[in-house]
Amino acid sequence: MMNNAALTDLIIKMADDELIQGHRNSEWTGLGPVMEEDIAFSSMAQDKIGHAWALYRIFHEDLGGANPDTFAFLRPEKEFKSSHLVEMPNGEYDFSLMRHFLFDQAETVRYESLQESSFEPLRLLSNKVKGELKYHTLHANAWIMQLSRAGEESHQRMQQALNDTIALAAGIFEPSAVHEDALIGEKIYPGETELYHRWLDRIYPLLVKASLNLPEVAAIVPVYGGRQGIHTTYLQPLLKEMSEVFNLDTEASW
Amino acid sequence: MSNDSLDPRVNRLKLGEAGEVVKVEEGENWNVYEVFHQEKRGAHHEHVGCVHAPDPQLALVFAKEQFARRKRCVNLWVVKSADILAFDVEDEDMFANNLEKTYRDASGFKVMEKINKFKQSK
Repeated sequence: MMNNAALTDLIIKMADDELIQGHRNSEWTGLGPVMEEDIAFSSMAQDKIGHAWALYRIFHEDLGGANPDTFAFLRPEKEFKSSHLVEMPNGEYDFSLMRHFLFDQAETVRYESLQESSFEPLRLLSNKVKGELKYHTLHANAWIMQLSRAGEESHQRMQQALNDTIALAAGIFEPSAVHEDALIGEKIYPGETELYHRWLDRIYPLLVKASLNLPEVAAIVPVYGGRQGIHTTYLQPLLKEMSEVFNLDTEASW
Repeated sequence: MSNDSLDPRVNRLKLGEAGEVVKVEEGENWNVYEVFHQEKRGAHHEHVGCVHAPDPQLALVFAKEQFARRKRCVNLWVVKSADILAFDVEDEDMFANNLEKTYRDASGFKVMEKINKFKQSK
């Protein structure tokens, strides 16, 4: 028998990251640097929200959780398990792009590991999102390369963006205080520590290619707290805005 | 004079006095790439439009969302528009008499008769 509480914890933190990151990225719609990029970035934001929805559905259908819409829009801030990385305001495009790069590489490593999960719904989902993630990382990699090679100011800004986001991104891999052993033991996923190292191995050669310096790994202090419901001051206003329409009439059918 | 706009793309243009020389910085001058869409393996790539991009790789990345978001697609090509050689518009007269030369149409060859004859002979 699968450990429902542990599975729920894993699925909700993944889903909340996707939802909040998707929402943040969608804030660029209409403001992107060029039309083509605006469309691409908005489209990927939609994909992220799609991934969140798929995960909330697994929670609802396989684990007896609440309805995806109510669960996503009516939960208090403390019950969200999103990482601090995705909560941060968009800032400038360098920050948003670097976050997109680090987040999507992390997502890819995670879903790849789920191809061997003992929990079938996650295994099926990982197959479904494979193609989308391939495009997301292709997009992120191309931009990181382009901007890191576009002159001194551009390179310097990308390096600064990396320095500013790396500890936040490392916080994606905050292990659960309670469920980690059960999830690894039941072969649901390989665990946060293992994924963290796979992620570092994945981003390192790409950053080298872009002539960006990955800060000393031992010196990175991951920003934890999100998975325990401790959030930045940026999450509450985001949730308020995100659920504004839903809250006008929570019973409305769409 | 301030030109603050809600659109950051407008602000980035740093619009000053009219008549001032505009200097185009390295990397600012993006190229236009023509996009060709392939609906299924083995099919022709068909021209569907163009995208602006700083390099071919990003042109391909942009083309995917511009032109392969809804319709079925298995591959895309991008080609820098400047690399395409075309006739000048005023040279259109070279093609003017084509319509009269119907004997050049493939339909002028009566192959079906021969094919049928061949089939019957077997």
